[in-house]
Amino acid sequence: MPPIFNEPFLAALLTGAIISALPLILAGLGEQMSERAGVMNIGLEGMMMAGALAGFAATLAGLGVWGGMLAGGLVGAAVSVIMVLFCVRQGMNQIIVGIAITLGATGVTSLMHNAWYSRTYPRLDAAEKIALPGLSQIPVLGPGLFTHHPATWAGLFVALVFAFVYRQTFLGLNLASAGEKPDALDAAGIDVTRTRSVAVMVAGAMAGLGGAYMAVIGSGIFVPHMTGGAGYIAIVLAMLARDRPLWVVGGALLFGFCLSATTALQVGGIEVPTDFIQMLPFLAVMAVLVLFGRNARLPRALGQPYHRGQR
Amino acid sequence: MTESTEFITGATPAAPRFGFLLPLGLALLPVMAALVAAGLVLLVLGSDPIEYYSYVVQRGLLRWRGLQATVVNMVPLLILGGALIVSFRSGLWNLGIDGQYLLGTLTAGATAPLLAGAFPSIVALPLAMLAGAVAGALWALPPALLRARAGINEVISGLMMSLIAASLTAAAIKLWLKDPASLEPQTLTLPVEDRLPLLAGTDINIGIFIALGLVIAAHTLMMRSATGLRFRILGLNPAAATHAGLGVPKLTLSVLCLSGALGGLAGAVELTGVLGKMQASWHPGYGFAVVPLVFLARMNGWAVIVFVFAFSVLQIGSASAATRLGVPQDFTLVLVGFLLLFLALSEYAGERLRAKKV
Repeated sequence: MPPIFNEPFLAALLTGAIISALPLILAGLGEQMSERAGVMNIGLEGMMMAGALAGFAATLAGLGVWGGMLAGGLVGAAVSVIMVLFCVRQGMNQIIVGIAITLGATGVTSLMHNAWYSRTYPRLDAAEKIALPGLSQIPVLGPGLFTHHPATWAGLFVALVFAFVYRQTFLGLNLASAGEKPDALDAAGIDVTRTRSVAVMVAGAMAGLGGAYMAVIGSGIFVPHMTGGAGYIAIVLAMLARDRPLWVVGGALLFGFCLSATTALQVGGIEVPTDFIQMLPFLAVMAVLVLFGRNARLPRALGQPYHRGQR
Repeated sequence: MTESTEFITGATPAAPRFGFLLPLGLALLPVMAALVAAGLVLLVLGSDPIEYYSYVVQRGLLRWRGLQATVVNMVPLLILGGALIVSFRSGLWNLGIDGQYLLGTLTAGATAPLLAGAFPSIVALPLAMLAGAVAGALWALPPALLRARAGINEVISGLMMSLIAASLTAAAIKLWLKDPASLEPQTLTLPVEDRLPLLAGTDINIGIFIALGLVIAAHTLMMRSATGLRFRILGLNPAAATHAGLGVPKLTLSVLCLSGALGGLAGAVELTGVLGKMQASWHPGYGFAVVPLVFLARMNGWAVIVFVFAFSVLQIGSASAATRLGVPQDFTLVLVGFLLLFLALSEYAGERLRAKKV
């Protein structure tokens, strides 16, 4: 066995873990808000793809990393407008529209990539990293965990903001009511449609940000199908975490570590069948569902359109 | 078809005088709209949609070779369509269908070459298909149990089982089932003469009849049998099913396992018909292609056949268009995405129209 468990290897492993986890955190937090408000967003994967392409294109056009992230968020929110119009306003089936969004966005981004980039395969400059003073000096763990682009810390900060919103604000209460008992929210004089629309568009923006992070900060390139199921993992994280944003972060870090370990072990030249490692996160989810499934209670009105005056 | 029209929006069926006009319009309009919208995407990105579509039709439908490829391509899609009809009509979302397909393919790939060595193929192939079906049903069991016992949404657990299956089948082939004589990781190859027989003078194997039979059987089961009625009650109103004395958990298990068995069978029929072996990287992702088609067909078996045929023409045609016209095959995703959106819209419009008449 080659001596791979040295410091640079661990640093690369941890850096990779955080970089793979961040898109899951962002998209998962968005999905959590949407589900909390009663809208199941299976289109998350498509919104991530749209955000990834938008972020990549904007950064390539010279808008910088932050410009790319902004573009990704905006385009993700724009795609989610389809969900708002069809599902929240007209009450169409959320799973059908969600699948349509994922298929359509995956296909369109693939065609755009083919039209714009398939001859040149442009690559972005690596996003500059900032080493957090002090923390990044910790031996072994420090360099990998605490040397990242500032957008990474912004993403983690959002989780805290969401936790605050759910616990301490009327908005958080409204969101939960829209998912649990929308007619009660309506009776209290709050517009259910508007509350759900906000949640769905936040989810779209967060998914777009997650995709943009993948393309702009994570890999520096855009390839078709690059999200590779991250949207679905994010949905699972949101379902398991229920109303706790910090659980989304924890779960995403766990997944990120598994994803990163797959690549790291390949690079390290270890003959572990990588298929087994790739399988681990999903096996973990099934195990959690089997063990704690009864607790994974979903909002009561999840997936049900709200029409005023109907039971 | 009217009795099945309204699963998606849950409205009442159409009045008799619109009995055939409205469903026809509601099925054709989204197709036209999707072709136009996807064509616009092509136009914006600098390809000629007319040229593209005519090339696709020419290669997938009008050429004899292309038409044969289209028919062969339909086989697994049709059987998966049957699997989804059973599941969707019962109100259950078996989105783990790709995993069941992969396990069925793997099991048939592992057993068929060995069985063919021991028995004549008239015995060996049905046995391999049975094994594939059992594997598919077993793979559907965990999500089914979670749903039946703990009420956990089968969408997510199904997707998880699909993702696990992709890795598990690859690992199983590399570690245990690899053909030692081959450089690529793949199972032993079923000799060509032991595969499903071809129709005289064509490349089309008799799997197409198995597939057509299974779709119609699934449709008939759901629409014409007492078991199918129980399944549909489960889908329309689980509370009513409980009140009617139906064992909801048991019905849930039967629906998802039956659907999983058909999913596994799809893989087994494709393996014994065309593939002959399973490669470790084999993961065609048929499920997400078939789900929209089954919706477009409003879960009607006959309509599923029509849509699967049209989609196969598109797949075969767009595969050759990818090399010739430089439009990636992912264009089919765009088209199907638009189809679904316009389908949902036309459902909605139809509901509004009927509401006005009443």
